Amino acid sequence: MYQYRRFNNKNGFFQKFGNLDYILLSCLLILGFISLATMYSTDGGEVLFHTRSHFIKFVVFFSMMLVISFINIKFWFSLGYLSYAVILGMLIWTINFGITASGSKRWIDLYFLNIQPSELMKIFIILCLAKYFHRMKSQHVNSFYSICFSLIIIFVPMSLVIIQPDLGTSLLIAISGIVVLWFAGLNHKYFFYSCLLSIISLPIIISFLKPYQKLRVLTFLNPDRDPLGAGYQIIQSKIAVGSGGFTGKGFLKGTQSYLEFLPEKHTDFIFTLFSEEFGFIGSVLLLLIYSIIIYRVIRIGALSRSYFAKLFCYSFGTSIFIYIVINMSMVLGLLPIVGSPLPIMSYGGSSMLATMIGFGIVMSAKTHSQQSIA
Amino acid sequence: MISISDSATKLNSLNRRMFILATAKIIILGGIVSRLFFLQVKENKKYLTLSDKNRIREWKLPPIRGEFQDYFGNTIAGNFEAYQLHIIPEEVEDFRYVIYRVKELLELSEKQFKKIVKKKNEIKPWETLIVADNLSWEKFSKINNHLYDLNGVKPVISISRDYPYKENFTHVLGYVSQANENDLLTNENIKEKFVPGLKVGKTGLEKSFEQKLIGSNSVERYEVNAYGRRISQLAFQKGDKGQTIKLTIDTKIQELTNELLKEKAGSICVMDIYTGAIIAMHSSPSFDPNSFVFGISQDEWQLIRNNPMKPLVNKSLSGNYSPGSTIKPIVALSALENEIIKPDFTVQCKGHKNPLELYGQTYHCWKKEGHGFVNLREAMKQSCDTYFYEVARRLGVDRLSVTAKKFGLGQKVFKDIFDNEKMGLVPNTEWKKNALGRNWVLGETIITGIGQGFIQTTPIQLCLMTAQIANGGYKIYPKIVANDDNQYADKFTPLYKKSRNIKIVQDAMFSSTNEVRGTSYRSRLDDPKYRFAGKTGTSQVKKITERDRELDLKTFQIPYEERDHALYVAFGPYQRPRYALSIIIEHGGSGGTVAAPLAKELFKMIVDRHEIRKNYDNKKYLDI
Repeated sequence: MYQYRRFNNKNGFFQKFGNLDYILLSCLLILGFISLATMYSTDGGEVLFHTRSHFIKFVVFFSMMLVISFINIKFWFSLGYLSYAVILGMLIWTINFGITASGSKRWIDLYFLNIQPSELMKIFIILCLAKYFHRMKSQHVNSFYSICFSLIIIFVPMSLVIIQPDLGTSLLIAISGIVVLWFAGLNHKYFFYSCLLSIISLPIIISFLKPYQKLRVLTFLNPDRDPLGAGYQIIQSKIAVGSGGFTGKGFLKGTQSYLEFLPEKHTDFIFTLFSEEFGFIGSVLLLLIYSIIIYRVIRIGALSRSYFAKLFCYSFGTSIFIYIVINMSMVLGLLPIVGSPLPIMSYGGSSMLATMIGFGIVMSAKTHSQQSIA
Repeated sequence: MISISDSATKLNSLNRRMFILATAKIIILGGIVSRLFFLQVKENKKYLTLSDKNRIREWKLPPIRGEFQDYFGNTIAGNFEAYQLHIIPEEVEDFRYVIYRVKELLELSEKQFKKIVKKKNEIKPWETLIVADNLSWEKFSKINNHLYDLNGVKPVISISRDYPYKENFTHVLGYVSQANENDLLTNENIKEKFVPGLKVGKTGLEKSFEQKLIGSNSVERYEVNAYGRRISQLAFQKGDKGQTIKLTIDTKIQELTNELLKEKAGSICVMDIYTGAIIAMHSSPSFDPNSFVFGISQDEWQLIRNNPMKPLVNKSLSGNYSPGSTIKPIVALSALENEIIKPDFTVQCKGHKNPLELYGQTYHCWKKEGHGFVNLREAMKQSCDTYFYEVARRLGVDRLSVTAKKFGLGQKVFKDIFDNEKMGLVPNTEWKKNALGRNWVLGETIITGIGQGFIQTTPIQLCLMTAQIANGGYKIYPKIVANDDNQYADKFTPLYKKSRNIKIVQDAMFSSTNEVRGTSYRSRLDDPKYRFAGKTGTSQVKKITERDRELDLKTFQIPYEERDHALYVAFGPYQRPRYALSIIIEHGGSGGTVAAPLAKELFKMIVDRHEIRKNYDNKKYLDI
């Protein structure tokens, strides 16, 4: 007991400072630098709005992440349900008073910035569910009550996001939630059956999709169906990636992007531009950096003392991995087009904020790795 | 409180599941990398091409057409700078405003304006819309002065076809005009090089030599963005001008033929009897090919089309005429060659009152009083029909047709250079049986002997025939392109059995022009330097009835369509023959009075020009 107390006492500011995961931090910084360079390229080799804005966001949110790192993990544990409820409230607010842009209500105006609560939900649903399962005895995990409760936690924000409408983000929220369920020890057979069920009911789901969403699925199956219309994005994206070749066309020399053939090049398709300019080598390097980040996150989880921290780190790492995989598969023509940003690389404040909060909590778990939560 | 053991179970399960997922992650990551590898390394070439296709757009410029030159290197079909006005619709912000402004400035008619708007709707937005293809300098400068107001309008100095000698070479060269759908379908080369406003040959040599003349497009390669806006020029690939084609024609003589045939319908062909080079070939009436270059107006077109003298027909090549008496040298030659007659074979011609009666038909000589007793030379000289009736009867049409075909009648003279050339017709018994299904009648042989009936020849065939008689009876292949050294195995092979027979025919033709009572005696040239030999011909268009014979009308008293065609074939200078010619004047009257006098004018010039031609050749060789 004494030893433990002494250990705890040492948990001062400098101790925490020394406990930061510097590999993760430097990887994030490198990623931030790459994303800035890419953003600079999307602006056509000039420091324009996107680059400047992305830079400010990165600096602010990276600093915020450092601040979060020094806050005790217990604090985030205690905030689990409340933060979930707040974001849920924001989602409801969005439905009524949201800002409409390009056909969907996704943003709310917070006077000093516009925020997309659905992006934040991707992180806070993990926090909420991690807290929920932290307390639970293992034999209760597969009880009817707990499954129902956790499914409600997932379904409510998901449906609120679907009606915005934003299918992509709502799917990502659901995936984040399901990942926590998986780690919490939900029986394999549930996953297996629900997978089976969703495959069987796929045609029915498709019939409920909006026309433009159906079009996306059809386009994915055959992009040449309408090369100048619905298939345009994916065709041009594949051309950009493919023409990059082994070493790429060179920084600021991506013709597909700078001649404006690429759609959404700042956000969802940023990887396309990166891949065109830096080629196979660059893309693999980028994947490597992401892998190191995810590896570090999971390692932090593995070294954490508390179940909550472990659950959060594993789930967050896996979610980030899934976001990356979905985004890349989409631009490489392996999945239909759904709106999903590439973490940190894509332009977008809310996504950056959410991701940085996530990394902040992970970092907090690192600095407080010996902290146990009752 | 959570028991220790339960906590351990939970952690165990968590770590186990993490391990499972980590494995899955590595597999998925491998999948993404392999997809990247597939796209970027394996399929790189394909996507690189697609990317270039995206960003690079080529603009083809019209190729510069090759020129035609006459023998002396004068340009007879060239290029000139045409002032044009182009608009690329996608580069214009407000097309309606601009087009109305242009309409105002150029004073376009409502009809022209509608045509332009219609054309605009047919082309792709980045293609060039030609608003005006041949502006006057005044209008061109006016547009240039208002350019500040005409965003996207491009004044262009373009290259266009020019025929400096106007109607002189129309039937030889043909003309060019805007390529139409048919041209694109039939000629791959045109399709490949097509740009709006491309002019291609429609008839004549312009069409036959399209492949050589067309040249290749200059290509401007631009980098464009997704909206088609030009960002920068990447390359300019200069096209090659089409080949220059040099003809054997002498412009001075060609112009003279045009002069001589003015107001008449007919044709003159002049040929070198040794090389087969065409010195002049003209069909009258002609028209100005320049009118077709930018599209002919409806009125002008109707005027040309409805002209009863048929300016659109190249009479030298596609006019089928009965040769009339101009066939007599061949009849005589054939009879001599087949030893049917000897030169001293004599027939009595009794004139109109006592026509030759054979098998119940009567055959008249053209001369009322008759020619009396005539031998071959006299018969040729005076063109006695009765004599040739008798010779033809003895010779038979089959033997005649063999000789006629040997000398180039009844087949195309220029293989496939001209697509409108006709074959003519040399009949024989077998032909009639096959074509008409009836047997040959002897009467038909008799009239064939004076070049009437089924027999049909084109002026160029008559010219070739005369040339081959003039050169001593050797086969030649006519050519119109100067450096076309046709290597036919049978070139200069003798067409005769005894060369003496050729001499006899030549001498008879000489007498016809240069001796008293010769049919073209009045058209003779006494100077031995220019002296020529020839044979007149008058071919009937309509059967002469007894009543006509009684009336004995003068040519101008007969309706135009019923008048005889006047023909004349000749070669000269007689001492050392070098050139042969054929003249035909449709509905001109008698060959001796209408056609032969033109030969007199021609030979004067032809012989004079021969010196120049020879000197030009020698000088050319010296230069090398």
